[in-house]
Amino acid sequence: MLHIINKSPLQTRTLETCLRTAQPGHALLLIEDGIYGATTGSATEAQVRQACATLKVYALQPDMDARGLTGRLIEGITLVDYGGFVDLTLTHSTSHSWL
Amino acid sequence: MTELQAPLPSAPSGPKVKKFMLVNRKAPYGTIYALESLEVALITATFDQDVSLVFMDDGVYQLVKGQQTQGIGIKNFSPAFRALEGYDVEKLYVDETSMAQRGLVEKDLLVPVEVLSSAQLGELMAQQDVILSF
Repeated sequence: MLHIINKSPLQTRTLETCLRTAQPGHALLLIEDGIYGATTGSATEAQVRQACATLKVYALQPDMDARGLTGRLIEGITLVDYGGFVDLTLTHSTSHSWL
Repeated sequence: MTELQAPLPSAPSGPKVKKFMLVNRKAPYGTIYALESLEVALITATFDQDVSLVFMDDGVYQLVKGQQTQGIGIKNFSPAFRALEGYDVEKLYVDETSMAQRGLVEKDLLVPVEVLSSAQLGELMAQQDVILSF
């Protein structure tokens, strides 16, 4: 299944709760303010790096670009464009847009 | 008008029951999410769909016994959780970690629930057709 997060992990606990819920093999897509979780130097970096070992983690490049943080992408996270976003929702039978 | 008469290409031949999961992560009265979720639960059940409710993070506060809302002028909708059984909504799951983080135990809750680990909830989530987040 695909988990989608659009909130900064420093502002809400959504990412934290998602990470303890997501199971090995699930995918996680960070969009909008969720992309702050995909950046190096953030307080949540270690948690996200650990998640990359069991989950496939993606970040939406236009949102990274918009926030000027594309250069700080955590290694192991895959950038996708809007087309890639659509593909992810098609290749996973269940999507959960965490609120 | 002719468009309305044409069969929908995706129309199932019989009634299709989908697995709906409503994930509740907000406390009851600070925002409207909890009440809206409850309404969706009842609507989903009315259409004979397979609905389960999950309570995580501050969502577990929705189920706390003894809510008294007279003083804030908002309807106390917590008794409605007890009525869900009558609509065949019987799958209520609570995240163990979220309860522990708030110092809550099962006897603090106003309805019987199944307490699951976050990992177990993740497995259930992956089996759903539709997940709605509140």
